[in-house]
Amino acid sequence: MESVFGRYKNLIVLVGVLFAQVLGLAVQVKRTTDTESSRLIRIWAVSAVTPFEKALVWVQTGTGNLWHNYFYLRGVRAENRELKQQIEQLRLAQIRLNEDAQQARRLQVLFGFKEQFISKTMPAQVIGSGGSEQSRVIFIDKGESDGVRPDMAVITVQGIVGKVLKVFRASSQVLLIDDQSSGVGAILEKSRLQGIVRGTPAGEVVLEKIMTDEAVQAGEEVRTSGGDRIFPKGLPVGVVSRVSNGADLFLNIHVRPSANLNKLEEVLVVTKVEEKESVLSENGQVRAVDVLAQRLPSVPDKPPNGSEAAAPPNPGVSSGVPAAAKPAAQKPNVGAPVQVTNPIASQPAAPARKSGGQAAGLKSATEQHPAPAPITVSGPDATAPKPKPPSAPPDTPPSAPAPDGPQ
Amino acid sequence: MPITYTSGEQVEVFRFSIPVTVLVPVTALFLQAWLPRQFPFFAMFDLPLLVTIFFSISRRNPISGLLTGSAIGIFQDALTGLPIGVYGIAKTAVGYLASSLGVKLDVENAGARLLVTLVFYVVHEIVYFMVARGLVALSLQWSWRHELWAALANATVGVILFFALDRFKQRT
Repeated sequence: MESVFGRYKNLIVLVGVLFAQVLGLAVQVKRTTDTESSRLIRIWAVSAVTPFEKALVWVQTGTGNLWHNYFYLRGVRAENRELKQQIEQLRLAQIRLNEDAQQARRLQVLFGFKEQFISKTMPAQVIGSGGSEQSRVIFIDKGESDGVRPDMAVITVQGIVGKVLKVFRASSQVLLIDDQSSGVGAILEKSRLQGIVRGTPAGEVVLEKIMTDEAVQAGEEVRTSGGDRIFPKGLPVGVVSRVSNGADLFLNIHVRPSANLNKLEEVLVVTKVEEKESVLSENGQVRAVDVLAQRLPSVPDKPPNGSEAAAPPNPGVSSGVPAAAKPAAQKPNVGAPVQVTNPIASQPAAPARKSGGQAAGLKSATEQHPAPAPITVSGPDATAPKPKPPSAPPDTPPSAPAPDGPQ
Repeated sequence: MPITYTSGEQVEVFRFSIPVTVLVPVTALFLQAWLPRQFPFFAMFDLPLLVTIFFSISRRNPISGLLTGSAIGIFQDALTGLPIGVYGIAKTAVGYLASSLGVKLDVENAGARLLVTLVFYVVHEIVYFMVARGLVALSLQWSWRHELWAALANATVGVILFFALDRFKQRT
């Protein structure tokens, strides 16, 4: 034994050192899948045991299925399964019908998404690199003591550079976007197609997961989509340099990075990102009844000085009303009660005229002054005669029905 | 000058002082990390590998050679984003082979050094490629053309570097 060890001492030491390093790799390396990552040593152990377990379970399941599905109950189980599936489908249909009724409200809720904004950055100097073509990393002169943390975005004014991979006391390691293990959520600016920007072993940057039936042109800008939760949305990534069909269902899109990754001297580390609610429109949430009311014609406003001519119709009914008939146009307020003047839709409006303040205004205008200038019914009819402006003499015979005379 | 085949007793074994043993690899690692930022083409060179080959051939001790390669490779891994051990395994193998070769051959002349460095660079890249693809699952691309040109470039730099480091040799 001693002579064997002495004879093969060098080889034994070599095997021992290599084995230790392979073991170290197995402990460090994690094979990443879509859901999680596992250490290599765990993968090896599981890979060695699971085939036997799978075989045993397969035998057990096969034997059990043969008995239960054939010998014991022929067809009953299948019928039961079918009935259960039908029940589930009916339940899904019921849920779908309930959701249809609440669709408008859900769309309003969807507008409450949060956007990310860069609120704080820290400049850093690039002090070194990984020194390997297979690992494209750089070192910056800011570390844990400066507030740098892993997975912080690193950018320049031209575009994104990478993310912080490892943090040490006074320095940090940054993984560049052209490294093959890097991945950035990206979106094409014009076509709004979303994909993933990755590095290749040759150091190029490609945009993946764009289907071949999509139209992508060279020169289109690529920006961050915010989907990776590392880079805020909207930062420049690069420009599409060439597009070709890939061997699979996706396009081969090569991207020229906006930032010059080979000549980095100073970078910015995004240390704080704020999430803000998107600002809703001026009108806020619009109810369906308000949208409908906007489309209906309204009662014209009372003349300001009790002039002979009636006020022009409310421009809330904008279709078919000439601009000259609306010298005192007012924008309808959302949520405010809408007055109806269209004689065609007069049945619900008539009671309002009799009881509302607008009706009182009209009544006072007719009582106190001569017959007002003809008011054309503002409706879809674009050929209706144009009403006179308020300054027109009141003796012009009206050519349209009286405003308070429903048909 | 051709490679001369000599017996083990006729081959000179050299040693190095502790400061040289530590500072030369550290300097090589620093330059490997810093120079590519200034000159991007420098990433094709592997100064730590050249230093490993030099020390292994000079010491002519397989255990010493593999331990030197292992240490240098592990430190080089620490500077990259890859798991520690990828370069370590490759340089361990090269250190062992270089020192084993150094026991058998006298490779003090420029031609022999050029050839030896070229061969060991290719061996190093093959081992690295196998470990990176087999264990770490990196999607590397192998190009014989690129590797041979890189091997020639490294061998050329290696010859110059070896002559510069010869001054630190100490005869045992």
